[in-house]
Amino acid sequence: MNALANLSSHIARSPGDPKIVRSGPSSLSGADRLARALGWFSIGLGIVEVIAPGAITRTLGLQGKESLVRAYGVREIASAIPTLSFDKQVGLVSRVAGDLLDVATLAPALRPENPKRDNAAIAMALIAGITLLDIAAVTAVSATHSAGKGRRRDYSDRSGFPKGKEASRGLARESFQTPRDMRADLAPRPRLEAIEG
Amino acid sequence: MRALVWHGKEDIRCDTVSDPEIEDARDAIIKVTSCAICGSDLHLFHNLVPAMLPGDIMGHESMGEVVEVGSGARHTLKKGDRVVIPFTITCGECEQCRRQNFSVCERSNRKKFLADKVFGHATAGLFGYSHLTGGYPGGQAEYLRVPFADSTHVKVPDGIPDDKLLFLSDILPTGWQAAVQCDIQPRDTVAIWGCGPVGQMAIRSAILLGAEQVVAIDCLPERLSMAEAAGATTIDFLNESVIERLNEITGGKGPEKCIDAIGTESHVTLSQPDTVLDRAKQMMLLENDRPHALREMIYVCRPAGVISIVGVYTGLVDKLPMGMAMNKGLTFRMAQTHVARWTDDLLRLIEDDEIDPSFVITHKADLADGPEMYRTFRDKQDSCIKVVLNP
Ligand SMILES: NC(=O)c1ccc[n+]([C@@H]2O[C@H](COP(=O)([O-])OP(=O)(O)OC[C@H]3O[C@@H](n4cnc5c(N)ncnc54)[C@H](O)[C@@H]3O)[C@@H](O)[C@H]2O)c1
Ligand SMILES: [Zn+2]
Ligand SMILES: [Zn+2]
Repeated sequence: MNALANLSSHIARSPGDPKIVRSGPSSLSGADRLARALGWFSIGLGIVEVIAPGAITRTLGLQGKESLVRAYGVREIASAIPTLSFDKQVGLVSRVAGDLLDVATLAPALRPENPKRDNAAIAMALIAGITLLDIAAVTAVSATHSAGKGRRRDYSDRSGFPKGKEASRGLARESFQTPRDMRADLAPRPRLEAIEG
Repeated sequence: MRALVWHGKEDIRCDTVSDPEIEDARDAIIKVTSCAICGSDLHLFHNLVPAMLPGDIMGHESMGEVVEVGSGARHTLKKGDRVVIPFTITCGECEQCRRQNFSVCERSNRKKFLADKVFGHATAGLFGYSHLTGGYPGGQAEYLRVPFADSTHVKVPDGIPDDKLLFLSDILPTGWQAAVQCDIQPRDTVAIWGCGPVGQMAIRSAILLGAEQVVAIDCLPERLSMAEAAGATTIDFLNESVIERLNEITGGKGPEKCIDAIGTESHVTLSQPDTVLDRAKQMMLLENDRPHALREMIYVCRPAGVISIVGVYTGLVDKLPMGMAMNKGLTFRMAQTHVARWTDDLLRLIEDDEIDPSFVITHKADLADGPEMYRTFRDKQDSCIKVVLNP
């Protein structure tokens, strides 16, 4: 990233603009990074599922389920979009739901008659691991970004008006007039007042 | 020096960077004594404003002391001057600057070719606000180079603390312009969507400018409590119907003046299904902004009323009820703030103790804690409303 920053520096910045010398700690938390990694994983897996579903079904002994795998690929990519956005929770929750679907789909491949049963077992273990990671990520992201963190404060003593809020109403009207180009209320005042008495 | 640097979405770091250098005779360099994080910075944090590049320095609300002045700025500035730096960079000479439309200065955007393409015609250069507005390094840093420094500064007297003056750089004039754009009359009800720092300043401005009634809308209790402190009537949009309450408050006629102090990142909630749709489209790059409040304002505004927009929008907006707006004869006014147009008046209000903008500060921290403070402010943790950083 630093290399990219310095490259963009030379294209987009002038000689007197500051350039990065040494990078400090990031605002991204561990939870954010985990979510990001899972998001990119989803993109990768999703692409494979969409373009090569046959390879997957053959490996797992799930021949005939190519369309389903392709649909799951689309689902992976769809859940990656919110996972990679700043609304990570939504994406991660949808990933957990997707993990459960994957488990349900893969379960029949564990039956003893399946010659690719060992592969299916490995895949199942992977999915279990990913599910745990997804759950960990949802929990960590929710905890890190919860608005409930810290004190709840009340600011009803902060008027910002040293003279008090009543005395402040209209205080600036004496010295300030709306500039001509920002006037909006051009109603014929005298007539309006006559109507309203 | 140290500076808060954008590395990507949600990735801001306190980096060590080289010091800025004078490039042009009209430049000056200030040593930053205070700077703040703005709601606009959150749009960059979320990568919603196009044309940010890794390595860009954040920040457009800064003040400090002049430490170096180019030969072309010495007629108005000297070493040791105490200045607040408006976030809009202004040449002071072009046709727009002469009309005091400072945020659309024709000469201060050094990436004009890019902005011309994107906006049709370029707008002013801004500090730390993407390459569309010049790609100028921002002021969340120990030092800031100020281009066109002879006209881009507000001199402030000693003896008033930074906390009272800093917001002349942005949010105070922004809240003020939001209210001025409404051309407030004594009988007006002014409804303000969003009680962030900008909304809070808009509330105070509307009261100082004599609105009979100010209604403030948000969902965060601590922000609503701060709005009430100034005398605003409040609506919690998660627990009440904004439209019903506003009609009730105004005898069924709707507020004459409506202010948008939210901008592109309207709260997403299932109780407002349009916001969910907007967010989904935004993720898929089918729409840039989430204009829920704008739709609400157009619906509830009194016919012939004014919609004043200071919340920042970044691009394309869907499902805006233009027919409603046209038939109701609404007036729209909007802009990035013409900061220097208002700072003389506002400095006087501060000096005369008519407003003390420091009421909005809830968090103060060292620049090194900046990355964490971005998160606290974005996640609304610890009842955070405004963060001031001291380099
Ligand atoms: N025009 C300018 O020159 C200028 C200058 C500074 C800031 N801004 C813009 O003003 C906006 C506000 O800035 P801020 O610093 O106060 O940011 P902020 O993010 O702290 O405040 C936004 C507030 O709006 C509230 N909100 C969200 N959805 C809402 C809804 N549907 N109804 C009512 N309230 C809702 C949020 O809870 C929050 O309190 C941002 O878009 C910022 O970019 C514009
Ligand atoms: Zn700002
Ligand atoms: Zn100009």
